[in-house]
Amino acid sequence: MPSFDTIIIGAGPNGLAAGHRLASKGRNVVVLEAASVPGGGAGLAHLSYNLDARVEAAMELSQHGLSWQHANLATTVLSPDGRHLRLVGAIGERLTGDIADTDRAAWEVLRARLLRFAAVLAPLNHMAPPRIAKGVGNPLTKLAMIGLRARMMGAAEFRELARILLTNVHDLLDDELSDPRLKGVLAFDATLGGWLGPRSPNSVLPWLVRLSGQTAGVQGALGLPQGGMAALGVAMVKAAGAKGVTIRCGARVARILVEGERVAGVTLADGTELRAGCVVSSVAPKTTLLDLIGPRHLDAGLTTRARHQKARGGAAKLHLTLRALPDFKGADRTDRLVIAPSEHAVEQAFNPVKYGRVPEHPVMEIMISTAHAPGPDGLHHLSAIAQFAPHNPVDRDAARAAMLAACLGQLEAHAPGIGALVIGADLQMPYDIEAAYGLPGGQWHAGELSVEQMLFLRPLPGIAQYRGPVAGLWLASAGCHPGGGVSGSAGWNAALAMEAAE
Amino acid sequence: MNPLRHFDTPLLKTPFHARTEVANKLWSWGNWGGYTTVLTCEDLSMEHSAIRNTATVYDLCPMIKYRIEGPEALAYLNRLTIRNLAKLSVGGVQYTAWVNDAGHLLDDGTLFRLAPDRYRLCCQERHLNWLLDSAFGFDVTIADETEEIAALSLQGPTSAEILRLAGFNVDGLKPFRMANFDFGTGRLMISRTGFTGDLGYELWTTPDHALALWDALFDAGSLHGLRPIGSDALNIARMEAGFIIAGLDFTPADTCVREDRLRSPLEMGLGWLIDWDKGHFTGKASLVRQRDKGTKWSFVGLEIDGNVSAEGAILYHDKKHEVGVITGACWSPVLKRNVALAQILTKHAAGVGIWTEIYALRELQYEKMMMRARVVDRPFFNHPRRRATPPGRF
Repeated sequence: MPSFDTIIIGAGPNGLAAGHRLASKGRNVVVLEAASVPGGGAGLAHLSYNLDARVEAAMELSQHGLSWQHANLATTVLSPDGRHLRLVGAIGERLTGDIADTDRAAWEVLRARLLRFAAVLAPLNHMAPPRIAKGVGNPLTKLAMIGLRARMMGAAEFRELARILLTNVHDLLDDELSDPRLKGVLAFDATLGGWLGPRSPNSVLPWLVRLSGQTAGVQGALGLPQGGMAALGVAMVKAAGAKGVTIRCGARVARILVEGERVAGVTLADGTELRAGCVVSSVAPKTTLLDLIGPRHLDAGLTTRARHQKARGGAAKLHLTLRALPDFKGADRTDRLVIAPSEHAVEQAFNPVKYGRVPEHPVMEIMISTAHAPGPDGLHHLSAIAQFAPHNPVDRDAARAAMLAACLGQLEAHAPGIGALVIGADLQMPYDIEAAYGLPGGQWHAGELSVEQMLFLRPLPGIAQYRGPVAGLWLASAGCHPGGGVSGSAGWNAALAMEAAE
Repeated sequence: MNPLRHFDTPLLKTPFHARTEVANKLWSWGNWGGYTTVLTCEDLSMEHSAIRNTATVYDLCPMIKYRIEGPEALAYLNRLTIRNLAKLSVGGVQYTAWVNDAGHLLDDGTLFRLAPDRYRLCCQERHLNWLLDSAFGFDVTIADETEEIAALSLQGPTSAEILRLAGFNVDGLKPFRMANFDFGTGRLMISRTGFTGDLGYELWTTPDHALALWDALFDAGSLHGLRPIGSDALNIARMEAGFIIAGLDFTPADTCVREDRLRSPLEMGLGWLIDWDKGHFTGKASLVRQRDKGTKWSFVGLEIDGNVSAEGAILYHDKKHEVGVITGACWSPVLKRNVALAQILTKHAAGVGIWTEIYALRELQYEKMMMRARVVDRPFFNHPRRRATPPGRF
């Protein structure tokens, strides 16, 4: 067996980005993936919204097969009566459909402001979080530049950023807008993948993080890769492979070996031992610390904090196989379709989840891949991310059945007759996602992206700069700063931190 | 339904209360960990003198006691505490300490290995949360057994003789070892441990045998100068022995509010406990960093000119710059020396040019004295009878 100096756990976007960077700096890297195919969480998402431009360029993803079928996909907010609202261009650059001029004007102002604020914060995504201590090598110039750029927006805008930063999405939207469909889709986007509703405190900041992303150089744009999101993972795999990274699938890491208080390699589930002095874990920090390293190699306080790190998933993934294309009352089926009739509907879908129950009217994002590229069998595939779903209900099977029925009910209301077209239905609740992807709680960001778990608090205070608590261990997960999505940012940042430590 | 009448008994009574309230002629009570405990029974000087010359009985019940048992108790405790337990055999007792992730002291205490997989941890402060948090991932159970045990401390030169007279042969019992005896219908465990730095034992039984134990000791000890004592006399003895107490000599990290008051074992003179080679334990990485970098603070024993106790006094270098504080002090009646325990900046720990500012309250007026302090070895009082086995027949 060839020997490696660096083992990366998990062949998702972060693991592959880190592997690519480390291999191009001369390391001998193996990436171990539990699943039978690489790609990790990339397969979970519908669309790309925050692919890290550094990763995209350095990995030369376009040369390894990444192309955008739509680099700036439009969103249609479905209305049961066919009065759809369409958001064209990055986060509704233009609104089509009948909507009041006052809302159009107000949205133009608010949209520009949100994108501006997000852009000011965006450089934070490309650096290790600063540490709250003196003389620890914080990138003071970079931080000062972020502060300066925020201040250069002018006093009024700077004050507005400060005002909304820790407020909630509902109030922010309600201050400016009146159209329930517009407020609904924005509230949906803001809370997608999180465990919070639009009225939850601090829901604006995670939305700004989302809006700091880009596709093909356009901030806030949603990208649909040719071949779907899985193709993005494939391109990253090819790019990493071209740099000499070895990727082994079906290699589930059972333990990270610790010898003499240093990382010494990993043991796979089949008992195989792979030795290396450096292990980079791109699986969730909670899993890495509690399951792969284990409490006896960690301080008790850190173990407790890891146990208490919030990781609740609120999103379920629905897949339907359909006999024919459903009709969503005339909506363009190549759009991203969103069922989120109002900001209240989003909040009401979250309410029961707080108590471990299933909402009657979930809100959802729908993609019909076969509307873009019809399959050879003539069947159609609809995929939906439905919110909110309880991550730990009392009866998991009953909750899954109830969630499926609720989702189908919502779809039927917006596309009458769709139920009769269904020949296959599969719903992954957060706990199914946990089992399939190893994400604690089925949390899409490998740990909730909420204010108290961001920046130097992500994944946990004291280990937010990618260096793990055991010598030789590095954390490079979406559970680290800057968080989730199919970005590769955490992996890239981790590789940078490892270089800086050399 | 919890009747919630706890406020009726703000202070609990120990299983020995029926005897201590008779012994407490001065009716001098203090709160120790929520229990009514004697400060001075009758005469402080006589009580301290008895510790060093005859024998004394002190009610230990309020000391916090945890039972730690399970197949992984050893691994658990080796991660929890800074000392290596691999060397502690069944029947042995170890003085130890534990710290948080940052290496700051939470408490010190004694650890008794009662059986291969069963231990008792005794300490000043309550730590159940920390002990339970630390147990995550270990096959071990933790229980607070403070109320299930009645304990007495029997300390002084004649303590071994009194035990012999009471029918307990402890001749072969070495320091930091324990032995079990039948006692009435129950059991009595005797450990050769204590907080006085003298020959002495701690006696452990169940609350239902508490009063019988007390009476048996006083029956046996009547001709050997046995007397009950309170916390004040013990406090003088423990300072002579150079022992520290959580909350007095350092602030436990979990209750400490001010960041600059946190202290590590290295800063409290407990570095000798740390086993750097036993593998990982909570706080090790932080302690290694501090060891390599050097500590800001040190803990020292001082001998001070004059005979006025320097309790709480500030230490100065060249009578000008503050360099530390005295955490415990007394005029030692047995040594006839004015001694103190102090936190001092490490750069002054050699003790050159150290002065202490003592305020003596004399008939409603403070007299301020600047007295020279010299750093001396601890313990101040160190008598060979503490370790002699078999113990001397005094």
